[in-house]
Amino acid sequence: MADEVRVRIDGDADLVTARAEGRAMAERLGFPRPDPTLIATAISEIARNIVMHAGRGEIILEPFEDANRYGIVVTAVDEGPGIRDVEAALRDDVSGRGGLGLGLPGARRLMDDFELESNAETGTTVTMRKWRFRDELARLREERRRGA
Amino acid sequence: MSVAILRQGDVLIASIQSDLSDTEVIELRQQLAELVGSYRLRGIVIDVGALDVIDSFVTRALRAIVLTARLRGAETIIVGIAPEVAIAMVQFRLNLDPLRVALDLDEALAMLDRRNQRGAEDGG
Amino acid sequence: MTSVNATREEEHMDEERRQSNSDARTREHTEDRASESPEARSREEADDRSAEPSGGDDELLQELVAYLRENRTKLREEWAQRISDAELLQVMSDEEIFSEATEVYDNYMDALETGSIENLQTYARELSERIIPRGVETDEVLGIVLLLRDALARSLFARYQEDLGLLNRILDSYEPAANRIAVTVGVSFVEERERVIHEQQEAIRELSTPVLQLRDRLLILPIIGVLDTSRARQLTEQLLGAIRDNRATVVVIDITGVATIDRTVANHLVQTVEASRLMGASTILTGLSPDIAQTLVDLGVDLSMMKTVADLQGGLEEAERLAGYRAAAASDTET
Repeated sequence: MADEVRVRIDGDADLVTARAEGRAMAERLGFPRPDPTLIATAISEIARNIVMHAGRGEIILEPFEDANRYGIVVTAVDEGPGIRDVEAALRDDVSGRGGLGLGLPGARRLMDDFELESNAETGTTVTMRKWRFRDELARLREERRRGA
Repeated sequence: MSVAILRQGDVLIASIQSDLSDTEVIELRQQLAELVGSYRLRGIVIDVGALDVIDSFVTRALRAIVLTARLRGAETIIVGIAPEVAIAMVQFRLNLDPLRVALDLDEALAMLDRRNQRGAEDGG
Repeated sequence: MTSVNATREEEHMDEERRQSNSDARTREHTEDRASESPEARSREEADDRSAEPSGGDDELLQELVAYLRENRTKLREEWAQRISDAELLQVMSDEEIFSEATEVYDNYMDALETGSIENLQTYARELSERIIPRGVETDEVLGIVLLLRDALARSLFARYQEDLGLLNRILDSYEPAANRIAVTVGVSFVEERERVIHEQQEAIRELSTPVLQLRDRLLILPIIGVLDTSRARQLTEQLLGAIRDNRATVVVIDITGVATIDRTVANHLVQTVEASRLMGASTILTGLSPDIAQTLVDLGVDLSMMKTVADLQGGLEEAERLAGYRAAAASDTET
């Protein structure tokens, strides 16, 4: 896809690249502060999981838009051993050490949409999305549409 | 060099120059642990201004530094957290104690002095 | 295969974040929905009459557009007459109406002919930008577009009245296109109005969250009025920026002027206080009404991070103590 950016994750040095690319795309797409930082932080967490648990994988960044919104989709793919207990991985622990230390609950808190698919055969795919309304008008339109 | 460390009397000042890889973060932690072991220090100031992202890994490392330093009687203060980074850390719900924070180096040094004074007053 | 679709659902979510990601893929084109069924219907009927000699819908459309273009002067006159009879656009002079009418007519023809509303949307927006400051209302804009529609329809009746079958097919082509045009113009006008209103609201909002420097290193942020998520976000940015620029160590947030806050905003406030702490500033929250205090308790909002003082005066005194302007209290907590 045209505007897609892919970052190979082979080691922890690639996390620096992934963070930088994530921030760059977010700023390019027009996300206001602090969103680029939130996005880069979430990327950092899920990219690290690739290094720690699968050894290598890829981070894919793509813009997305619809009638009222613009945003970014971040996908982290690896062919590692998978997460056995997905529920635990996503669980929000009061102590803050929850989520099996994978940083997933935290990443989820920074983004708007969050999907996780994981199994031993094919590995893990995390898809996260952050978006904004184009403007106040678009937000109103969306609220009306939902009968808010 | 990714981190510049200098010693000002009994205070260590570590200035992070750019975004660090996890390996570099661990190196920093080890370096500071060594220095804290080698010298009699009363404080460490870590300037994280160059970090655009402070995630769970960095936070854990900072916590470890704080605890290690404390065992040797030194207080660690983190300075230079940018507004957006502060928001990200808070929204992430990172466990932030026992981190001590100040706005910048001057503030941190003043804080260490106050602590020192109080310690002297208590006869400690 | 373990699959988890986990959408944010906590109190932190603001109005924007209500949907699951499947909604993100849905596209809404309100302007297309209006004309869908008539077009589908006319296409069906066209198929039924495939035996007849005269060309398909497209040819008919071209034919009627050509006819309407030929009679442009006359029809524009009739339209202007209808506008005047209906007493619309009284804020505009005859010359203005004439020149705008000509442009509208030509754009109308283009839209009919090409079926594309993009140019029409652009034109309608520009037109709206011009006439809104003049005081033209929504009913007038819709009114004149419909009057044009009527004038053109009448002339089509006159032209094709001999052949009812053909007239029906002509109208089958004309109506959905004309309706789409009316909707497009109306919607563009309304959107332009809303855009102007919201621009003004934004400007007001920015002016109404000032961060003031009370003393060296001491900031005060008095919040007045409605505190919604968007404003809360703006507030956070302004406050944190001010803390950095002023090297503030203490911040007083006064919410005396805020009537109610919901869970989302309450949490946002707490996060702002926590973020301020990460920048080396402690926060004092003042002016909590009993209502808001109760709300915060009910919501289970964690207030342990900040000091709260009922009145602003007390809060300011506490702030000055914290900032070192008064004798420090026995328990001096730094950060």
